[in-house]
Amino acid sequence: MRRLAARLLQSLIVVVIVTTISFFVIHAAPGDPFAYDSANITQAVREHWRHQFGYDRPLLEQYARYVVSVLHGQLGYSFQYGEPVTVAIRDAVPRTLLLAGLSLGLSFLIGITVGVLQAVHRDGWFDRASSAVLLVFYSLPDFWLALSALMLFAYVWRVLPPGHIVDPVMHDYMSGWAALADRLKHMILPVGSLTLLTTAGIARYQRAAMLDILPADYVRTARAKGLPERRVVWRHALRTALTPLVTMLGVLFPAILGGALFVERVFSWPGMGSLAANAIGARDYDLVTATVVVGSIMVVVGNFLADILQMLLDPRIRE
Amino acid sequence: MAEPLLRVHDLRTYFYTENGVARSVDGVSFEIGAGETVGLVGESGCGKSVTALSLMRLIRPPGRIEPGSEIRFDGKELVTLDEKSMRAVRGAHIAMVFQEPMTALNPVFSVGDQIAEVVRVHHGGSKREAWRRAVEMLETVGIPSPEQRAHEYPHQLSGGMRHRDHHALALVMNPALVIADEPTTALDVTIQAQILELLRELQQKFGTSILLITHDLGVVAETVSRVIVMYGGEIVEEAPVGELFARSHHPYTEGLLAAMPHVGQERDRLATIPGSVPPPTMWPNGCRFHDRCPYAWERCVAEHPPLYQIGEHHISRCHLAEEPERRAHPHEPAAAKAGA
Amino acid sequence: MNSAPRKNVARRLLAHSTGRWAVGVIVLMILAAIVGPHLMPYSGIEQLDIVRLKNSPPSWAHPFGTDQYSRDVLARVLRGARISLAISTLSVLISITIGTAYGLVAGYAGGATDAALMRLLDGFISIPRIFLLIAVLSLWNPVPLTALILLLGATGWFTVSRLVRAETLTARTQDYVQAARALGASDVRILWRHLLPNVATPVLVAATLGVANVIALETGLSYLGLGAREPTPSWGSIFLDGVDFFAGNWWVVLFPGIAIIGTVLAFNVLGDALRDVLDPRQLHGTPMTEAAPSMTESNPHG
Repeated sequence: MRRLAARLLQSLIVVVIVTTISFFVIHAAPGDPFAYDSANITQAVREHWRHQFGYDRPLLEQYARYVVSVLHGQLGYSFQYGEPVTVAIRDAVPRTLLLAGLSLGLSFLIGITVGVLQAVHRDGWFDRASSAVLLVFYSLPDFWLALSALMLFAYVWRVLPPGHIVDPVMHDYMSGWAALADRLKHMILPVGSLTLLTTAGIARYQRAAMLDILPADYVRTARAKGLPERRVVWRHALRTALTPLVTMLGVLFPAILGGALFVERVFSWPGMGSLAANAIGARDYDLVTATVVVGSIMVVVGNFLADILQMLLDPRIRE
Repeated sequence: MAEPLLRVHDLRTYFYTENGVARSVDGVSFEIGAGETVGLVGESGCGKSVTALSLMRLIRPPGRIEPGSEIRFDGKELVTLDEKSMRAVRGAHIAMVFQEPMTALNPVFSVGDQIAEVVRVHHGGSKREAWRRAVEMLETVGIPSPEQRAHEYPHQLSGGMRHRDHHALALVMNPALVIADEPTTALDVTIQAQILELLRELQQKFGTSILLITHDLGVVAETVSRVIVMYGGEIVEEAPVGELFARSHHPYTEGLLAAMPHVGQERDRLATIPGSVPPPTMWPNGCRFHDRCPYAWERCVAEHPPLYQIGEHHISRCHLAEEPERRAHPHEPAAAKAGA
Repeated sequence: MNSAPRKNVARRLLAHSTGRWAVGVIVLMILAAIVGPHLMPYSGIEQLDIVRLKNSPPSWAHPFGTDQYSRDVLARVLRGARISLAISTLSVLISITIGTAYGLVAGYAGGATDAALMRLLDGFISIPRIFLLIAVLSLWNPVPLTALILLLGATGWFTVSRLVRAETLTARTQDYVQAARALGASDVRILWRHLLPNVATPVLVAATLGVANVIALETGLSYLGLGAREPTPSWGSIFLDGVDFFAGNWWVVLFPGIAIIGTVLAFNVLGDALRDVLDPRQLHGTPMTEAAPSMTESNPHG
């Protein structure tokens, strides 16, 4: 219990650090929301806006104001959408969570299974073949897989929808089951792409973890007890091999959010990633800052949950 | 004479590695009777641990038990037995206790779970029954408040208790043969004594046969009735324990005995056997001990000694059996001269 | 470090089954990037016959086909190679410099400094790299090439620093460090001469894998429109405005994709091969005997 509270505190500290870093990095870049070229806007107008929105105040003061507003649940104002940032991202966050969460779950299932099988039949045909395939998937740029899938399944063979989360025209007229099917059809390509990308990393890691553990003494004890090999591998060896994998989640979460961004962009999936990508060129400071901060918070929360998971899995960590 | 519980004949276990074929166990034959305690002694690298693993058919690639080896246990031939039947033997009829209980017990399952698992796999029955049996076993090995301890995890227990838990795990199905691999190494003397006492008790109470593997002759003296000495993947001497200590024959055994520190002994240094154990990929020609032996002569380099009968139950793999007068002329072993 | 181990490494790498392919591909890619654009009759920037050569599939004249603006795709790929390779290697150099420095300091200092630095690092790692890069780059549009390289370098040092810190922590307790300190060596000197060479191996491996990552990342960024300046094609921008879904010009997706994947794959494989080859036990020819033989069933030493 105490450990849990300590981790919670740590996570909060990390959130603070993250917000601070994001803020300063973004504001340190040259330019501000009003620096774009336009002959129609005089310098005086720019100055006026800067003053009105507080961009001429000292940086530290801006930061302080930002922190205060965040604590009040206000993430600023989006120039692009003409509404508070919180409203603009309110629907987007759960959509990204759905995409990333589903993909993460599937990747784990597939990745762990493949990794274990590879380790058990080390250097066999399955190990070599799947390692090669996984390595290729691991080397794909995120967007490229999505792009290829889109081109192939939506345009060359027209079997799946070319993007969005639901059919933009027909969905509202669909009845229960058809609407559900519509949603599912639209999820196949985005979730599939993101899953394939993430599975590769997980399988590689799991293989290494299992190879570390399979020669361990307690695995040998399990065999000496007369347990069937299946039980030895999937119950005794895997349980302990999951712990390092859970540790890897810390690096995996930001990566999967990054991948989600590209997938969302390619498939026009209206989540956080799309928001961020669409904000390019729009100089929507507050929105962009918010995407970074919210994204980071999602990672921190994910890490915290991973910690809890680890405590459940491994009694040695419970102290 | 009734058939012994375990009869090993010409056991050979080889490992096929990049560096060549390692003949870790190279023609070992011995017997263990019901209720007997036998010690298997030798330095690390002599093949005793591999012998133990071979008995349980726990040898994995790149190693394998060579065809022609025979392991007859309780009337069944183990080498050719199918895997499913072998699994039924492991843990229930032959059990093994390993050296390091901290690493031998799975850290993520409770002690009770791990012991109960053995029961459920071999005996079936409900979880509750198996748990009850596990707790009973913990009590038998002398764990106080076994009910609570069963719920604990290996890292929460002291070293001595972990050893006992490991023994409980091995013994819960009342196996006919227990193989204890270096059960006392890396332990302080008090726990050592406890463990040996435990083994003795169990043997008396249940009539279990014990194969005690160790490099420590002192441990052997107190516990076993017969000793087998291994070197270079072979048996080099075998005798009842008293006979071995009083009238050891093989120079290697002599060396081991001389290296044991005695109370009341006055010496500047402990005697050691010069040289080191050769790697199993390259056993020397002739007698495998010849380059470390203080009595070796030309015959020892040229001719691999068979097992000679020295006494009624005493055998030794040494040409001194036929030329005992050579014993009067010890010299510096070749390995010492080479500055090894 | 004397030259014997270095020659040893090169030889082992070329003998490594997959490593030598990786080296081959990378050398080929570099050559193609340097020489290729000069050999091509097209620049990849100009629009050729916009009526007849728009979206034409691969042919002898245009091995990778043309895109929707009638540009030769192969030429674009070759030009893009220069940019991608340059950006990646330079930014990785920056990353490993920052990461190594951070890791060395944290590992060597230990105690509260180490804890604070690590907490800070946790914060850095939690920020999804893409999101931050997009944030900065989109607000800074247009961004000069050097700034892009610096940014990529400044956001990619986290894994390296963890690695270096781990190595430093183990190396710090070694005897030769104590000996050096007893001889009066300053901390800086110890870091530079004793600890740094030890971390060289994992850092080299991390750097190679890092190049693979950054190529993929930079390609992604330019796909979003945030990479190198147009009209010079960077690999990502080939997909950005060249792909025409309705025309189904799949060759614009496939062939450049293969080139990119091949390069990234080669670096990944090279990184793995280096890891195998630079294993210190094998470098100096010691046979693989274990110091404390664990009794596993696959161990011939009983």
